[in-house]
Amino acid sequence: MTMPVIEVRKLSTRFGHTWVLHDLDLVVGRGEVVALVGGSGSGKTTLLRQINGLIKPTEGSVRLFGEPLYSRDVHRDRALRRRFGMLFQHGALFSAFDVFDNVAFPMRELRLLPAELIRDLVMIKLAQVELKPEHARRMPAELSGGMVKRVALARALALEPELLLLDEPTAGLDPDRSAAFVRLILALREQLGLTVLLVTHDVDTLVALATRVAVLADQRILAFGTLDEVIQVDHPFFRNFFCGEAMQRALAGSRALR
Amino acid sequence: MAKEPSLRIERGVRGQPVARVSGDWILARLAPCLAELTPTLDNCRARRDLDWDLSGLGALDTVGGLLLWQGWEERFPPELVVSPRQRAVLERVAASHAAGRAQAVPPPPRPDWIASAGGFGLEVWAHLTNLVVLLGQLVLDAGHCLRHPGEIPLREISANVYKAGVRAMPVTALVGFLIGIVLSYLSALQLRNVGADIYIVNILGYGIVRELGPVLVAVLVAGRSGSAMTAQLGVMRVTEEIDALATFGVSRTLRLVLPKVVALSLAMPLLVLWTTAMALWGGMVAAQVQLDIGYEFFIATLPRAVPVANLWIGLAKGVVFGFLIALIASHFGLHVRPNTESLSANTTRSVVISITSVLLVDAVFAVATRGIGVPV
Repeated sequence: MTMPVIEVRKLSTRFGHTWVLHDLDLVVGRGEVVALVGGSGSGKTTLLRQINGLIKPTEGSVRLFGEPLYSRDVHRDRALRRRFGMLFQHGALFSAFDVFDNVAFPMRELRLLPAELIRDLVMIKLAQVELKPEHARRMPAELSGGMVKRVALARALALEPELLLLDEPTAGLDPDRSAAFVRLILALREQLGLTVLLVTHDVDTLVALATRVAVLADQRILAFGTLDEVIQVDHPFFRNFFCGEAMQRALAGSRALR
Repeated sequence: MAKEPSLRIERGVRGQPVARVSGDWILARLAPCLAELTPTLDNCRARRDLDWDLSGLGALDTVGGLLLWQGWEERFPPELVVSPRQRAVLERVAASHAAGRAQAVPPPPRPDWIASAGGFGLEVWAHLTNLVVLLGQLVLDAGHCLRHPGEIPLREISANVYKAGVRAMPVTALVGFLIGIVLSYLSALQLRNVGADIYIVNILGYGIVRELGPVLVAVLVAGRSGSAMTAQLGVMRVTEEIDALATFGVSRTLRLVLPKVVALSLAMPLLVLWTTAMALWGGMVAAQVQLDIGYEFFIATLPRAVPVANLWIGLAKGVVFGFLIALIASHFGLHVRPNTESLSANTTRSVVISITSVLLVDAVFAVATRGIGVPV
């Protein structure tokens, strides 16, 4: 079973007259945690939105779990989309539903599970993301930023995905909360055997989570490897991003741990 | 590859009953065949003597773990063959299930009709008081603007006049023209029967200038601009833009509500004039076709048949209706809570309540002006 979980081939995207991504290849194997980094406007989010099927690439193909993302068969497409979970940057919780209904929503959409089973499953999901049962009836507007992320993560995990896509998972959280959220994702990955692709700006998150780093610049993946390998590459972006003070500190911290 | 999940009860080597679990117990596989598995699981639940053999189990996720755990009545069976990895999954499910069970989810609150009637009453009261507060704030803002003419939000007022007035001209013209034709046509049919053709001018004049013009425009503007104002303010609440304004020391009523109210109070009488003219034109066309009453005759007779006081009443109604619509729309916009449901509910309320109050005020106008501009 060496089938890559994500396989992006010769992907090009054009918005109007500008090429955002050009001839991009990215292969992510099972169990990896790949961090996608790059400057603002380098197309990280665009790439993520093409992998989760929100934008159709201008050219090239995306395959998940060995299957094409667009198969012209509605049922196959839907089944494929249920195999990954997506955590949006701002949570994207349904504001008209409470926490319980937000997490239950994807399960109810299957239309196959009985209500009691859904109830128990939602409570397990909430426990997995370290939320208490009494939070279940809160509305998204009544939650703190960190709790919104947790509920969104519980919702992303609702259908037992094999792949988790995270868009800026720790943006907007204070360092303490952000470290706790990273620990939570690591623990879940350990338990559930998840493959994770994340977009991040935060060096601490990057160092703590990623097994490999993909650097997006000049409309393609400029470097793809472990953090130590990627740091060696000579490119203006790397000098700015990886040799900054925060990065050095985070790296020193992680080396000390090892 | 993935296999169908299955559960069978067989005889073991010592003759004892063994429940054999095989296949992939994961959500995608389990969901389609849940109906077949549930009776067997329920059957197992009643039996304490079963040994469990999970050695044929492929993948196991939380859903599969939960089903098995419930099949075991939430305790591990005495004889269990399972790989350590899958035992870990089961233990995790067991732990989080117990944690969830310890504090059961509070059920969604049940509607109680006495409480909801009381709540409704309180809500109406709160809306009324808030409306009065908003009105008072507007008066204070207007006073402030009179003392500091430099702070009059002229640009906002002009933008609102353009959005709610100028941009509404095509639709009000079309609707007015069509209503004029229909009204004139139906009246003409009746008038011809009694030979009172000439009174078409009186009927159209009174009906349109005094009553139909202002009300028609008010309904259109409430649906068109009132809803837009509520939605705009509502989204600004959701995205905290209104709070951002306040941190710059900008009064939200002065910058957001006052321009809307002033602009609609200015634009509405103009729209009323415009729509009334269009409706009269439509009526003239139909009168000419049906009753052979010429345009020149119609125009010459109109001022004599309908005193000009009626036009002033119509325009005054326009001012009041515009003021009401903008005030109600702004009120509901400012009370949107940050979720989509509240936004849609408040937009609906804004339109429904402004149309209702326009008609109520119109009735008040009818009573108050009963001696003015009509032949006694």
